[in-house]
Amino acid sequence: MIRIEGLVKHYGDVKAVRGINFEVNDGEILGFLGANGAGKSTTLKIMTSFLSPTAGNVYVNDLNILDHSLEIRKQIGYLPELNPLYTDMRVYDLLEFVAKIRGITGKSFKQAMAKVVEQCGLEGVVHKQVSALSKGYKQRLGLATAIIHDPKILILDEPVTGLDPNQIVEIRELIKELGREKMVIISSHILQEIEVTVDRIVIIHDGSIVADGTRDELMAGFLGKTQLTLEIKNASEVSLGKLSSEIEDVSVVRIEPVHGNHFVVMEYDKHHDPRETIFNLAKSENWVLLEMNPKKTQLEDIFRKLTLKGGAHA
Amino acid sequence: MRNIKTVYLRELKFFFNSPMAYIFLVIFSLINGYFFTNTFFLINQSDLRSLFSIVPLVFLFFVPAVTMGLIAWEKNSGTIELISTLPVKDTEFVVGKYLSGLTLILVGMAFSLVHFTTLLVVGTNIDVGAVICGYFGIVLLGAFYSAIGTFASSVTDNQVVAFIIGITVVIVFFLLDKVLIFVPAGFSGILQYISVEYHLSNISRGVIDSRNIIYFGSMIWLFLSLTTRVVEIRKWR
Repeated sequence: MIRIEGLVKHYGDVKAVRGINFEVNDGEILGFLGANGAGKSTTLKIMTSFLSPTAGNVYVNDLNILDHSLEIRKQIGYLPELNPLYTDMRVYDLLEFVAKIRGITGKSFKQAMAKVVEQCGLEGVVHKQVSALSKGYKQRLGLATAIIHDPKILILDEPVTGLDPNQIVEIRELIKELGREKMVIISSHILQEIEVTVDRIVIIHDGSIVADGTRDELMAGFLGKTQLTLEIKNASEVSLGKLSSEIEDVSVVRIEPVHGNHFVVMEYDKHHDPRETIFNLAKSENWVLLEMNPKKTQLEDIFRKLTLKGGAHA
Repeated sequence: MRNIKTVYLRELKFFFNSPMAYIFLVIFSLINGYFFTNTFFLINQSDLRSLFSIVPLVFLFFVPAVTMGLIAWEKNSGTIELISTLPVKDTEFVVGKYLSGLTLILVGMAFSLVHFTTLLVVGTNIDVGAVICGYFGIVLLGAFYSAIGTFASSVTDNQVVAFIIGITVVIVFFLLDKVLIFVPAGFSGILQYISVEYHLSNISRGVIDSRNIIYFGSMIWLFLSLTTRVVEIRKWR
């Protein structure tokens, strides 16, 4: 388990992370979400000992990052955002280098090597120079260097950014597969990239955590009013007034006449679904109901709401 | 220890996979060869004294040039993030880097052994002891300058800046001996002890005193521990 406690990081005057707390459980795939510059990478860099916190601490089981950095680094596999690789080396040599530092040599290295090459789909490029690889292959190689020691904890900083849609699907599948037996933390600034992969989402904005929960919990917590769009034929403006006067707990946002029909936009509380009442009303008023379309709140909307400028500190 | 070796071997491969090492070795050997053959043929002297007197000057530029990229390049290309999130201690990282730079310089010196062989074959009255002492002093000097160069490489992510800092610090140690007449008498003793020339000349005269070895040893230690501190400090900024 990883526990982040009161983590603060200042770069000079810039407060990148302003005291955040959250936990990640074993076997969990956590999505760490935030706009660019929200403090995601900084947090991950502290967790992986690349940076030291200004205040606060990160605990991995009973070890902490300030006193047991080396032990924690042994347990973590990390793919940095910019995926820096020694471009002068060949793929094989780079993996061998990382494995050696991880203490994997001889027979166990051969096994580990064969495993990551297969997992990350590096078969065709093992003897190529790293500088000659395409972005997609570089990303796979970065992932391979992160998992060659079969770490319990895997931290991936924007692993799919800049990949083409097919590569995104491949990497996503791989992450899901890895997530079956490991704790995985994936950061991203694009929600759809990780929405389907992760068990839980933590949203960071302007250096503070603004949401933490499963997809459904977030949806439930932020689900406000649902918007309902109606298109009605054969109705007069006057009779449409009944929509608000005869149905409880709805508010009509606007009524627009379009080509002889009327578009009605209304909002309702999710516990008071008015659709049946509207249908009955239409029947008794002899309206022709051409369309009735509730627009569900998407996770994307929540994310945007939370991470718009000033959202958290306003 | 194992990590030092891993970092060291990677860096050596980096040197020898790029033209850098070969350019260095060729130019270094040419300069050495020129100064050796000059006295050898013109003055008919069968010793390496002129070689040993030119190498410290050549080192002023060559050692910072070899070491300038050691850490600065990792910072510049971002690979420092890869290496420093692996379970490698900062000391292991610094020492591995340092040793690889030093190795390249020693390989360069090893090429000059061909001149020594020439002497042995055709020369007369060769003072082998003086040659060994000369080489010993040069090796210590290379080790000291490499430590300075490694330090210079750690304070910036720009290789050119690292080179300039390296040269500046190296020249300060080199010139200290020459400015002694300008400083107050009480002060000059200390400065003389710090200057590299004082210790080097002792050794190349054939006097291998523990004082001189301690000087080089402690200077190398000082600059490598400073480098380690600089590498650590980066995390806190």
